[in-house]
Amino acid sequence: MDEAIILELFKKMLLIRKTEEKIVHLYGEQEMRCPVHLCIGQEAAAAGVCQALSKEDIVFSNHRSHGHYLAKGGNLKRMVAEIYGRSTGCSRGRGGSMHIIDKEANFLGSTSIVGGTIPLAVGAAFHIKKNAENRIAVTFFGDGAVEEGVFHESLNFASLHKLPVLFICENNSYAVNTHISLRQPNRKISDLARAHGLNAIECDGNDAISVYKAASLLKEKIGEAPGFLELFTYRLVQHCGTEFDHLICRPAEEFHTWADRDPLKSLKVKLSAVGTTADKIEKDIQNQVDKAFEFAKTSPFPSSEELYMNVYAENERDKL
Amino acid sequence: MCMQKMREISYSEAIREALDQSMKTDSSIFIIGEGVPDAYGVFGTTKGLKEKYGNDRVLDMPLSENALTGMCVGAAMLGSKPVIVHQRLDFGFIALDQIVNNAASWHYTFAGQSKIPVVMRFVIGRGWGNGPQHSQSSQALYAHIPGLKVVMPTTPYDAKGLLIQSIQDNNPVIFIEHRWLHGIKSHVPSEPYTVPIGIPKVVREGNDITIASTSYMTIEAIRAADNLKSIGISAEVIDIRTLKPLDTSQIRESVRKTGRLLVMDTGWRTCGFAGEIVADIAESCFNFMKDAPMRLTLPDIPTPTSYSLTKTYYPDYTDAIMLVAKSLGKQKEAERLISQVKKPTHHDVPDTSFRGPF
Repeated sequence: MDEAIILELFKKMLLIRKTEEKIVHLYGEQEMRCPVHLCIGQEAAAAGVCQALSKEDIVFSNHRSHGHYLAKGGNLKRMVAEIYGRSTGCSRGRGGSMHIIDKEANFLGSTSIVGGTIPLAVGAAFHIKKNAENRIAVTFFGDGAVEEGVFHESLNFASLHKLPVLFICENNSYAVNTHISLRQPNRKISDLARAHGLNAIECDGNDAISVYKAASLLKEKIGEAPGFLELFTYRLVQHCGTEFDHLICRPAEEFHTWADRDPLKSLKVKLSAVGTTADKIEKDIQNQVDKAFEFAKTSPFPSSEELYMNVYAENERDKL
Repeated sequence: MCMQKMREISYSEAIREALDQSMKTDSSIFIIGEGVPDAYGVFGTTKGLKEKYGNDRVLDMPLSENALTGMCVGAAMLGSKPVIVHQRLDFGFIALDQIVNNAASWHYTFAGQSKIPVVMRFVIGRGWGNGPQHSQSSQALYAHIPGLKVVMPTTPYDAKGLLIQSIQDNNPVIFIEHRWLHGIKSHVPSEPYTVPIGIPKVVREGNDITIASTSYMTIEAIRAADNLKSIGISAEVIDIRTLKPLDTSQIRESVRKTGRLLVMDTGWRTCGFAGEIVADIAESCFNFMKDAPMRLTLPDIPTPTSYSLTKTYYPDYTDAIMLVAKSLGKQKEAERLISQVKKPTHHDVPDTSFRGPF
């Protein structure tokens, strides 16, 4: 494995982890006045997939989107400012944690209705194919989204038109606090994708290198069929908020098993093995994160006039 | 001087022409919907477009209204201009998640960074026993949602001009047709033109009462106004044309002149669009009103199927005549008028020559 890629993966994952740890640390101040869905424990999925993408490739995401945004190269300062509801936020305070965007990074948006962005990625892929552009569209969603009708409708259409789209299912076994065994029969989610004619791979979602390899392979084969990647992972925080609520909502043994499989720890070992020390990287990233929070906390709030802006997009004719 | 004969085409031909002329000049437009490329071409409105523009731009679709709406939204974000077609307004309910949660609010949520220029064409069905799931008229529901534009043309002229305008618009537009309007013919210029979204149109001038109406009910309103003349009542008819955004100043101005208002809408009564116009006028013209404003709408009942039940269900111009006459104290004259003009005809078809498709 290329050392540079391992380093890139580690940096991406550490940035996500440090950012979210800072959210955990400061959330009690009640200055971040919006729900936050953290992905602590799931960083390898975001980093591994985005490592396989080019800057031009398009990404959509769901409510648990900080990791996807940062891994795709989204602006950290503007994301944190958005969570703080400031006018410097990536959505100027309209979206909060669940609606983030960075068009420069081709991260086109995350939303909070489960499954909501799956067809958007299919539409982006439709546009890409129609205009013979050399890029793909990607959408991240969880195991719960598979239960939505729009998931199946989207896979059906993507397969029918052989669209350049990659579906990433982060299977963390829980929809809020409801275990997958109470929601889905005992069959593989990836088999649903295969039934729709997609190239599907199952992968350890806590192993960033495996995720990167699987996503790269599916991307290579995208001309043949759309790709589907099921990543088995686990969120180490509560569904929404900053508490570690495993003892209330999930079996302690299950939690500890997954905590021992922390994706950052296992990658850090590989990093040392190739002779790079993580200390300097950690310090730089912590500094970057601290600065982003400082930026957010000192940014102005949007003015009341801004409330009325952008309900409709202007037309050329309107300006005349 | 020799008057050149004005070209007349039907409403469905006007829609087809608007699509054709738009697609000809803008290659980012594609049109998708169940039956769009087939031989019938959605009541003739998409006929021949596949042959002209190919399978990449004129597409049929799987029966996945929600995902395909989302697909259009995603494509629009990248610069495509999709037109998605549904043969019934009722099918839109299946796509409400993508219409409301994504299309309508996306531009606002992301502070104007992405545009969603998607046109969603819907057709209101009526008659021939189309029943509870093929003839609903839920325009008010769409007009309630911030970020959507809602357009309901009545005439072939407005259908063409408003559709071209809707396609050019940078926002999601709900474009609502009525099946009973598709066959109506009137003058339509052959060159492309636009009609602005947001402006109603006075279609009959008058002084005694203002009748504001939507879509097919404008046809009934005109019928009522033309008949009311014979009992000495001069009604002004205003075709609302676009529900949202809507500049109501023309309606307000008219009511300040007439002092009376009747709103006729193809939808239901409670929380319907007629109520919205009544509220606007009550707020703005209260001191000019000579009588309480009135609504003529569908009753709050799902659409029945039987010939006998639909007869009571759908109001027509005679109901409008009676409401207007009551307000002006001419009930007896109106009753006599209706007994003279009302011809025995089938209420469940737009005209006797109509043989579908429904």
